[in-house]
Amino acid sequence: MNDLTSRSFEPVIRPAGLDGVLVSFGDALSEPANRAALAFSASVARAGIDGVEECAPSLVSVFVQFDPVHLGYDRLAARLTALLQDRDWYAAPMPEGRRFIRVPTVYGTDIAPQLGEAAEAAGLSVEQAIAQLSEARVRVQTIGFAPGQPYLGLLPEAWDIPRQTALTKSVPEGALVVAIRQFVLFSVSSPTGWRHVGQTALKLFRPDSDTPFFLRPGDEVQFVQVSPDVMSRHADDPDGGAVIEAIR
Amino acid sequence: MTRGLIVHRIAPGSSVQDMGRSGYRAFGVSRGGAADRLALAEGAALLGQSTDCAALELPGSGGVFEATAPLRIALTGAPMRASLDGAPLVWNASHAVPANARIEIGGATAGSYGYLHVGGGFDVPLRLGSRAAHLAAGIGAVVQAGEVLPVGEDTRSETGLCLPPDTRFDGGTLRMVESFQTGLFNEPTRAQFAETVFTRDARANRMGLRLESGVDGFAPEGGLNILSESILPGDIQVTGDGTPYLLLGESQTTGGYPRIGTVIPADLPRAVQTPAWGRLRFRFVSRDEALQAQTRMQEYLRNLTRSRQPLVRDPSQIRDLLGYQLISGVTAGDAPGTKE
Repeated sequence: MNDLTSRSFEPVIRPAGLDGVLVSFGDALSEPANRAALAFSASVARAGIDGVEECAPSLVSVFVQFDPVHLGYDRLAARLTALLQDRDWYAAPMPEGRRFIRVPTVYGTDIAPQLGEAAEAAGLSVEQAIAQLSEARVRVQTIGFAPGQPYLGLLPEAWDIPRQTALTKSVPEGALVVAIRQFVLFSVSSPTGWRHVGQTALKLFRPDSDTPFFLRPGDEVQFVQVSPDVMSRHADDPDGGAVIEAIR
Repeated sequence: MTRGLIVHRIAPGSSVQDMGRSGYRAFGVSRGGAADRLALAEGAALLGQSTDCAALELPGSGGVFEATAPLRIALTGAPMRASLDGAPLVWNASHAVPANARIEIGGATAGSYGYLHVGGGFDVPLRLGSRAAHLAAGIGAVVQAGEVLPVGEDTRSETGLCLPPDTRFDGGTLRMVESFQTGLFNEPTRAQFAETVFTRDARANRMGLRLESGVDGFAPEGGLNILSESILPGDIQVTGDGTPYLLLGESQTTGGYPRIGTVIPADLPRAVQTPAWGRLRFRFVSRDEALQAQTRMQEYLRNLTRSRQPLVRDPSQIRDLLGYQLISGVTAGDAPGTKE
């Protein structure tokens, strides 16, 4: 991770459409910028600014939705600037109650058909690709795109591969996809421009449960390789056979 | 029998919708809710109730429904042919529906999404703070034939009111503001975008719609390697092959394809109501102009209740017309038509 460049990055406040503001802590993914985004979003929510409707962190930014007639962009930007000066957000601690979760994953085969293509884009053999992806301990950097769906990183540099030019029509729930040194683990069946390299049995979103979202920002995850036979045993387990331990 | 609406037949993709959910974006759940939020507000005004009341969203055409108890209904959004026990119903209006009466709603004559509202709203369970089905997230589901939708208690009684018809059902020009990724597109690409006449592809849903044109791609250089960033309704995302997609309320919360600009909230109802193959153009406007449009929209919404008018009966739609003594030019005081 390129921590040096991110430390010299000044947070930037920009409009997002008419009724949104984006506060960015970097123009590339880095751990300090990601920490800053998670902590600053929580702080904006706590501030309870009149006219702010919702805020949410993305990878290195915080999106704030507001009523542009009632509040006004300039007044909101001034409030956010004051909040930015409260502390060194890049040095903010990770969220509390983090966990390390090992998720059984089938790499390749006909249920994750783009492993070979992704390995080639990364300049690796299929065996090397599986070794790198299954040994990586990645962190949930943000939840987004779909309900409870994590962006995880960072993967080794070889995995700085682009998205596809055309969308894959649909990957299933539990699909592990890769691009730009990140994994996304799909919580719903969805079209995607990322390459489908692994498949899990994990249900990330449980709308009728008291705890509808399985993963939280800051959690660490390893996608451990198993055979299709082993994975089929976890088919009825919403955790997909995942082993969970607290990070202290 | 409890208050409800029996669904005998219904268009594919129909769902119960309200204003959607706020507060779950950080968990990856977009706002969702009625595709045409203006139509939802119009229905609430016609029935004199809160915009929190859930309505039935009907994409392209309606269905056949039966009231289990006396209900008040309102019909808004894309105009559709509708009737009550065979007698035509005026669109953009509220009506009284007796118990066991059948409501038939046919295909849209313009626009995309029609709405059937009931007094008291559809009382389906709240999930994550909203009654809206979020089809992309798997919250709730489409409504199917055979279901009975529960209807909440109705504390009011007025019907026979209408709102002036709107013109947002045939595409047109959508105003957009620059957004934080507009700069990723060079000036010629942005100019070309603003000059192009697009057609709304048949591929469209509550997440977004695909914009078709003969132009060879609007993709920026290096656009496939940018960091995934927050998406808001109205964003126009350009995928790797240069095809623009207009993203709507039920879109994903973040995405990695760059956005050339954002359609202003005041023009989103027109955007979602554009029918398949309808024509759309885009015009970049200043923040000031966008803000004026937003202020006007908020005023329009505040004044909706006052804009209601009594429904004037169209003589051609009165069933017992022959009961009138039209030849003499005088209508008898006890003509059957007056009891209608």
